[in-house]
Amino acid sequence: MKHVISVLVENKPGVLARVVGLISGRGYNIETLNVAPTHDLTVSRITMTVPGDDRVLEQVTKQLNKLVDVIKVYDLTGEKFIDRELALIKVQISGRNRSSVMELASLFKAEVVHVHHKSLTIQIVGGSDEIDNFLELVRANGIVDVSRTGVIALGRTEGKE
Amino acid sequence: MRTGVECLIDGLKKAGVKTIFGLPGGSVLDIFNKLYHAPFEFILARHEQGATHMADGYARASGKVGCCLATSGPGATNTVTGLANANMDSIPLVCITGQVPTPMIGNDAFQEADITGITRPVTKHNYLVRNVDELPRIIAEAFHIAATGRPGPVLIDIPKDVQRASTSAPTPDAVDIRSYHPTTDGHPKQIARLAEAINKAARPLLYVGGGAIAGNAAAEVAALAHKSGLPVTTTLLGLGAFPETDALALRMLGMHGSVTANYATHHCDLLVSIGARFDDRVTGKISEFAPKARIAHIDIDPSAISKSVPVDIPVVGDVKSILRALLPHVDSGERKEWREQIMAWKEKHPFSYDRDSKKLMPQYVIEQIYSLTKGEAVIVTEVGQHQMWAAQYYKYTQPRTFISSGGLGTMGFGLPAAIGAQIARPDKIVVDISGDGSAQMNFQEVVVAVEHNVPIKIVILNNGYLGMVRQWQELFYKKEYSATRLGQAERGKNENIKTKKGAKYLPDFVRLAEAHGALGLRVEARAQVEATLKKAFTHDGPVVVECMVEPEANVYPMVPAGASLTEMIQSMA
Repeated sequence: MKHVISVLVENKPGVLARVVGLISGRGYNIETLNVAPTHDLTVSRITMTVPGDDRVLEQVTKQLNKLVDVIKVYDLTGEKFIDRELALIKVQISGRNRSSVMELASLFKAEVVHVHHKSLTIQIVGGSDEIDNFLELVRANGIVDVSRTGVIALGRTEGKE
Repeated sequence: MRTGVECLIDGLKKAGVKTIFGLPGGSVLDIFNKLYHAPFEFILARHEQGATHMADGYARASGKVGCCLATSGPGATNTVTGLANANMDSIPLVCITGQVPTPMIGNDAFQEADITGITRPVTKHNYLVRNVDELPRIIAEAFHIAATGRPGPVLIDIPKDVQRASTSAPTPDAVDIRSYHPTTDGHPKQIARLAEAINKAARPLLYVGGGAIAGNAAAEVAALAHKSGLPVTTTLLGLGAFPETDALALRMLGMHGSVTANYATHHCDLLVSIGARFDDRVTGKISEFAPKARIAHIDIDPSAISKSVPVDIPVVGDVKSILRALLPHVDSGERKEWREQIMAWKEKHPFSYDRDSKKLMPQYVIEQIYSLTKGEAVIVTEVGQHQMWAAQYYKYTQPRTFISSGGLGTMGFGLPAAIGAQIARPDKIVVDISGDGSAQMNFQEVVVAVEHNVPIKIVILNNGYLGMVRQWQELFYKKEYSATRLGQAERGKNENIKTKKGAKYLPDFVRLAEAHGALGLRVEARAQVEATLKKAFTHDGPVVVECMVEPEANVYPMVPAGASLTEMIQSMA
């Protein structure tokens, strides 16, 4: 089971290391990690995807709550939430497949952000599954390089999260 | 305007610090220069690990926040074991370390270590002070965080230039941290549920841990037990939270707990944990722990709830206030049948050893310490067999009279912790019960006891082994005593002792004590125990009593690791 954990923390040096250390110190792998200040510049949001069973992640969530610099922890798994990820994908092209790659990109509302005579760099924004799907479809053309941001997420509830 | 060092001194004064344990060094010279005139008792330890354990022992014995001070780099890294020890046992202390000047941080400067990075997993919180304006607030916060909620160690790392810089920032009167608000009051509905569960239970059991002592809730535990006829077992760190001389006391439970406590845990229908954390040394095999019971758990730390054992009735908050709120809702009762069953177990299975043995049995020494101090000493221990015998054969009736490293199991803890405890409690006899292995881990601190005339009594049960490991090797590794024999004779071939002929035990603890300026006494036979201990306890100064005990005595009962509490080995027979 993959958990999406969203943590509001004080925007101070060392806080990210504290949060990440707590999880990695227990032997879990953080698959994706994002951190940036929120609309309140004293508060940062850390979004992580962490694989692990529910019981273990419940404990991790409680432990995160214990950290002095942690303001609030949300385990969004099982809740309704909006998640987005951005990826830059460099695809190998030849004269023959250039247009088919561009066509595929437009179907995914992706954007070609750089053109080289041997490659196209495509920017795609969407849910992680959508990006996985796109990658699968362009794989046959030859993927040169990929950079993904990992998930950022917000709950769908009316209130603050 | 005040310098960083002046802010620190003022902050420590405001926090009520009376005693500081530590060692100087290059990065804290400015602090030491001011300490020369400051109104604190400064205890010069000989190793920073010793200083942290002293602060720890001081905190455990006094209930106040312990304070220690070390320089950057090796000074700071030497505190790590002490901080981890305090963290595992939830002991409030503030550790101040010096750091190289801010512009040099990260440059591998002389005596630089990323101590906030290193201690992150073993402290409740830590700070690297980057700006002197933050320092007054940080000092106040550190003491607040160390002492409130689930207590723990806090480290403040202060670069040398920050110590020298000036600020007009005042020391705050109150602390308000946006992200830190520990829950203190228990939820009334959960308290009502717990009261109902207690009232309905036929075979309830209170399982009391160190949290009841940290939360100063011993009186409330006793009131609850007596009102409703609830038998009480404690963890190692819970010893003293309930008088072990009381008819309702079952003594300690777990790996080396009493048969009665372990049977009662197995057969109870309601287990009420009060400030205990279901450590694996207590539970044994989790799936067979208290199999017939509903489990209630009172704890200030929400993450302690259902961490290892699923809990039916969680009550999060301060133990003392929860018990006070609970008491009026609990019915009076005797629970005659359950108590008769417990009395029968108690009579049949007391802690026992070969009392007729002509050899000097370690358990006998502990019983003599109990008898001579009338159960009123502060007992501090190292870690190992002697620790468990100290738990089994001395009866604790007051909180903060048993001081031991529970969670981390730190050999070398006892001696410096005893110094801290004795400074906190000058009115008490403080005895460090030690093994010969543990005694060699921080013996250098005896000098501190001598210099400051801190009259601790160190009783070494010398069995020539790292005894607890040897016991495991005896029981589970076919008596292959690999690297556990401390005397040179009979060492394993792989250990390559070159001069076995006429080999003696090293060191000679009596001479070692004398070399440090303490009184050294040796006991070689049972008949010498009482008189020697009397001499030690009446001597006005630190004493080392080396007792040459039966080498292969074992700690029983013993629940093998991972077994159920009912699967106790009760003797070799």
